[in-house]
Amino acid sequence: MSAAETPLELEQHRPYLLRFALLQLRDRGAAEDAVQETLLSAIQGASQFAGQSSVRTWLVGILKHKIVDGIRKASRERPLESAEDGGEDLDAFFSEDGHFAEAPQQWASPERSLDERRFFEALERCLESLPRNTARAFTMRELMGMETEEICKELRISTSNCWVMLYRARMSLRACLEQTWFLAGSARNG
Amino acid sequence: MALRLSCKEASRLISEGMDRHLSVPERIGLRLHVSICDACTKFTSQAAFLRRALKAYPGSDDRDGR
Repeated sequence: MSAAETPLELEQHRPYLLRFALLQLRDRGAAEDAVQETLLSAIQGASQFAGQSSVRTWLVGILKHKIVDGIRKASRERPLESAEDGGEDLDAFFSEDGHFAEAPQQWASPERSLDERRFFEALERCLESLPRNTARAFTMRELMGMETEEICKELRISTSNCWVMLYRARMSLRACLEQTWFLAGSARNG
Repeated sequence: MALRLSCKEASRLISEGMDRHLSVPERIGLRLHVSICDACTKFTSQAAFLRRALKAYPGSDDRDGR
């Protein structure tokens, strides 16, 4: 961090960090705590900032550690049901002969959606419609960038359960975004 | 694993391939299936897009209202 990165300037990243934490933790209190701890750590550890990445990237890195700590704590206190998850509910996506019941459609310029605030809101709504543990495993994988082995360990589920959850998340999110964003006329054309 | 996959089996492998190394027979079976299956080709690119979208989350600074 350069000398110019005062606590006040770090503070302006709070809303961004809070959104990130909320998507993973789905609990405002826990998300605010994680962000608060992140900003405090950043202020204390300002001299450790290498200046090679942006301040925001550095802050997100600290936040990820705080979130993982929180997940560990929660899974110790309230372990997930360890019942085998064979993903039987996923049968609904397919016909009896194994074809897609509803084939995925062509999405118009998906990359442009990444510039749109409303796209991320649609994504948030789709994530909220997933079973809680499925969404949690998916954001650990794709938002936090954790390896599957770590996710299984933290959630105390088998590796195959983990793969099924991630598969369910991708199938469901794909279908949800297609319906609520890409084919709903929300995405920009062309 | 049989070389001839259904979309149900193939889509599961497409997803698992993002989380673990697939075996050679799995990869061969998947490649054969995807090469002739439009639905699974789309699923492959859409699952990859989901990964990019979560990497980009929460989007640009505009969302903070600044």
